[in-house]
Amino acid sequence: MRFKDVFSIIGPAMVGPSSSHTAGAARIGRAARQVLGELPREAEIIFFGSFAATYQGHGTDRAIIGGLLDFATDDHRLPDSVELAAEAGMDISFRQGTGLFPHPNTVRLRLVGRDTGTELTLTGISIGGGNIEIVDIDGFGVKLTGMYPTVLINHMDYLGVLASVTDVMRRGQFNIGHMSLDRKNRSGAALTVLELDEPATAGLLQELQALTAVKSVKVVDLNGVKQEQKGKESTP
Amino acid sequence: MNFQTLSQLAVLCEERGLGIGALMLEEQSAESGRPQEQEFATMKEYYGVMKEAVHRGMTQDTTSRSGLTGLDAQRVGAYNAASEPFLGGPAGQAMAYALAVSEVNASMGRIIATPTAGSCGIIPGVFLSCQERFGWDDDYMVSGLFAAGAIGYVIANNSFVSGAEGGCQAEVGSAIGMAAGALTELRGGTPAQAIHAVGLALKNTLGLICDPVGGLVEIPCIVRNGFGAVTALAAADMALAGVRSVIPSDEVIKVMLEVGSAMPEKHRETAGGGLAQTPTGRQIMKDLRNKKG
Repeated sequence: MRFKDVFSIIGPAMVGPSSSHTAGAARIGRAARQVLGELPREAEIIFFGSFAATYQGHGTDRAIIGGLLDFATDDHRLPDSVELAAEAGMDISFRQGTGLFPHPNTVRLRLVGRDTGTELTLTGISIGGGNIEIVDIDGFGVKLTGMYPTVLINHMDYLGVLASVTDVMRRGQFNIGHMSLDRKNRSGAALTVLELDEPATAGLLQELQALTAVKSVKVVDLNGVKQEQKGKESTP
Repeated sequence: MNFQTLSQLAVLCEERGLGIGALMLEEQSAESGRPQEQEFATMKEYYGVMKEAVHRGMTQDTTSRSGLTGLDAQRVGAYNAASEPFLGGPAGQAMAYALAVSEVNASMGRIIATPTAGSCGIIPGVFLSCQERFGWDDDYMVSGLFAAGAIGYVIANNSFVSGAEGGCQAEVGSAIGMAAGALTELRGGTPAQAIHAVGLALKNTLGLICDPVGGLVEIPCIVRNGFGAVTALAAADMALAGVRSVIPSDEVIKVMLEVGSAMPEKHRETAGGGLAQTPTGRQIMKDLRNKKG
């Protein structure tokens, strides 16, 4: 099902004016920030379809940047995000994309991390009511909603990697709700995405990181982060 | 969730002897793994945000950044109080409240997407006006929000709830259907009656295009929320009177999918057609661009 629960219909709490073009865009930006794992120093934002046609009127640009600053959808600073990002030293550019795109509300982000210089290219779609899917991360096909705590594992495509990953999950009592794996080529780089029922713990991430063939482990958790931060503001 | 269609929802309600709202709370808790009390509390918080938005829209300046919209809710409120309106009374109140929340949204204020921001006025509009009229408590209204959510869940997964995918019928149309079904239940209607209300309401918005002037969620979105609140009350009244949706509501939802999928891109939230491309709509867009420099 594209829409998972009652709060994907009634909700999110958000700053207007558009759930798909503002709240959804903010969530895509925030998911990208979490995958990158740090504040970007460069952000190239490429809009397609309806996003390209109406992004200024809907504040889609400000919402994406707000997400990159790790703001939630109802953060009152969203309307001022572009200025806040500039103050934080983020170099931002917007442009209209060309070529095929998977959904009328599509955005592609090209980011460079401030601290490590890590590069990330991520494509997200906004499917309505503030709900999103991340469909591509660095050329790997994924389907990530951010509705559940999600673990992303960059690894080599060797025999048995998945078995050792799921064994770690079983021992830690983490149930997997959705799972996908994509690889660049046989025995090449691969990305496995796991949506869990419970938030990933530091211990789980350490165990996964320690597996042979695992290069890096990242977590995206849009709802969990928001709940933890309820009542206090996050900082860029 | 253990249901994918409105008819499955009605069967489940009957099997468990629950209303739609109570059933959805059970289902939500099972899906999220969080206790019912916690899910209920989150929804109650959302209802608080809706109330704040109504209050803000009825009392504060809601002029949007573009300057195109704002304060219409207060105009309607003053007119309701001072004259003999055609609608007046509770329907006039619902209309004013729906406009209020939509104007708060357009001025980048805080709202709850129900199911979207473009359609965020309809459910708060009818819920708050009916709460004042019938003296219902907040918990009762929150159960109504779970009922609205159950209906929206079915519509969203069998059709769509974004203007870019399916036009305004998917946003304002879905919100009216959700509101109509929830109101029917709140007034003591059976789940079957509530589901008829959904079908009756959706039939009235089939084909509605998404054509925001200048790409802004202002014209015609805000007034469509005002009209939508009135339509939701009308659909609930019909269902409570025993009017049935002869084409079953699940089939009406499929029609929405069919019509939205056939809609040209210019009528799906691109500002490439409809009201956005009238001579006046184009002039407004031009003025906005010049204003930005």
